[in-house]
Amino acid sequence: MKTTKRRDFIKNLARGAVLAGIAGVCGMLGLRKNKYQCSGRCGTCKPANGGVCPLDSAAGSGFVWQLDPEKCTQCGRCATHCVLAPSAVKCFHSYSICGYCDLCGGYLRPDAKERNTGAENQLCPTAAIRRKFIEDPYYQYTIDEELCIGCGKCVRGCSTFGNGSLYLQVKHNLCVNCNECAIARACPSDAFRRVPASEPYLLKSNQEKRIS
Amino acid sequence: MIPAFKFQVSDFAVRVSEFRFPMPEFASGYKHPAVYTPAPSSLMAGWDIVALIAALTLAAIFVLKRRKRREIFLLTLFSLIYFGFWRNGCICAVGSVQNVAAGFFNPAFGVPLTVLIFFAAPLIFALLFGRVFCAAVCPLGAIQEAVAIKPVKVPPAVEKVLSIAPVIYLGLAMLSVAAGAGFLICRYDPFVGFFRMGASFSLLIFGGLMLVLGIFVARPYCRFLCPYGVLLNWASKLSRRHATITPAECIRCGLCADSCPYNAISEPSPEAAPETRGRGARRLGLLILLLPVLVALGAGTGSLLREPLSRMHPTVRLAERIAGEELGRYTGNTIESAAFRASDTPNEKLYAEAVALKERFGRGGKWFGAFIGLVIGCKLIGVSIRRKRTDYEPDRGTCYSCGRCFKYCPVKASCREKPAGSTPDTAEFRQY
Repeated sequence: MKTTKRRDFIKNLARGAVLAGIAGVCGMLGLRKNKYQCSGRCGTCKPANGGVCPLDSAAGSGFVWQLDPEKCTQCGRCATHCVLAPSAVKCFHSYSICGYCDLCGGYLRPDAKERNTGAENQLCPTAAIRRKFIEDPYYQYTIDEELCIGCGKCVRGCSTFGNGSLYLQVKHNLCVNCNECAIARACPSDAFRRVPASEPYLLKSNQEKRIS
Repeated sequence: MIPAFKFQVSDFAVRVSEFRFPMPEFASGYKHPAVYTPAPSSLMAGWDIVALIAALTLAAIFVLKRRKRREIFLLTLFSLIYFGFWRNGCICAVGSVQNVAAGFFNPAFGVPLTVLIFFAAPLIFALLFGRVFCAAVCPLGAIQEAVAIKPVKVPPAVEKVLSIAPVIYLGLAMLSVAAGAGFLICRYDPFVGFFRMGASFSLLIFGGLMLVLGIFVARPYCRFLCPYGVLLNWASKLSRRHATITPAECIRCGLCADSCPYNAISEPSPEAAPETRGRGARRLGLLILLLPVLVALGAGTGSLLREPLSRMHPTVRLAERIAGEELGRYTGNTIESAAFRASDTPNEKLYAEAVALKERFGRGGKWFGAFIGLVIGCKLIGVSIRRKRTDYEPDRGTCYSCGRCFKYCPVKASCREKPAGSTPDTAEFRQY
């Protein structure tokens, strides 16, 4: 009888210690202030926005995956390596930095015969870019995100020949926010990183605001 | 004058390189649309926590109070549908170990509250009620439980030896996180492909084979791979309450041991002691002396495995590839090496990074090996100690609280209230 009591006592002690350990680890990680590496690009910490970096808040606020268009090399893996099919990475278009070119490097194939919406002239493999006439000689290009597969072909064309207003971003209503993003692992140019969920996009139009 | 002029030129150069074609002034008064930036859906996270806690509580009630295999199985199916197919197998407690480890090793890594709760709640429940999480909440366990139709017995010795595999997997996953080589457990999750209806071909084959194997060897992933199961096993050993096979007194019929597909029921110890107390004590002493030897051996082996282990890290692989390309060992580029060459990083910087990483893997490998040595030593000690047991009891560490044995136990709770007549207890028969 005595031995079982002693064993129970030791067990109780051990259980208490493990519980305290779990609580300690979770408390430490949950209450810790984040010292996230500042990329200096999101611009939320500027006085106009309240001067507070969202990354300085407690870790509980959560992070999501995003890709840095500055680092992206348009290798095409975003289209093939996402756990979703089609990928949660889509082409974004920042109209505010677009040149509205008639001869658009993102829309037309380099060897296109004519500058029109003919399928043989389009660079996009799924015809996800819509071309709309605005006024001579300007055209607006819109991404149909239902069709876009995130292959980045137009991104390469636009950044080579144009302003780079087309670029890839993780679209967060689609992204399932995996523990370890499968594209991030496959990305050859290390363009993926976690960003705060309150500021989930790395838009080029923010950058444009900063420059002007 | 000149510096100011220079500044202007460079400023202009920046603008030109950013925007070759400035946005035109539209005569028609065209206004461009805004970029559509939908917010991340965080609404579900709260429900996930509610569902987890509710499922754990229900599982504990079903296992400890109601003792019905059917109810436990229905809850398992709910978890399979909700945590598995509905939430696409993410977030899961099995993977949360890595987030917690990453937060531990890397002060800049933020761990969301949901992940912390998914990590801690199943462990706390295991400390209180046994592995009720494995029984009916874990979607990975649930999909295997659903296919375990014709389970056969694995020889206990084989089971014991194979149970070291999850510890090695856990160690490797922790090493990978500590060195920044990514989350192994998520990468090689065999069932998440089924939950998401899509995965790489090799992973689908692996998952499919696991499920086919799971028809005959129940829960192969849980028993021989699951790294979180290692922690649950340890926590459950200390559990305050645990599922009991029989609601009343054990009659030592052995039916439960036949029903358990997991070798998780310990038989009563034989009447005669198999060996003298002195011999047992001597062996225990020897094994305790062996423990530091095993730890040292493991640490040595771990640091010898530095090179192969370090290849887990993509930077090390890239550095080796680049070095090989420089030496003319490979022809052509991979996407990675092409992207590296397109960036302006000098090779030396990459090599220095790879060398530092290898050193890190050397240190981590030592810890990894020592951990494996320690666990093997403790397992040997555990095997050598024979507890005196009079009844069939679930092994608190390995029992998944699946409830199969409840149905097989011929003793029913009502027997306790009824007088001896219906109780097949020999001791009571003798009284009459």
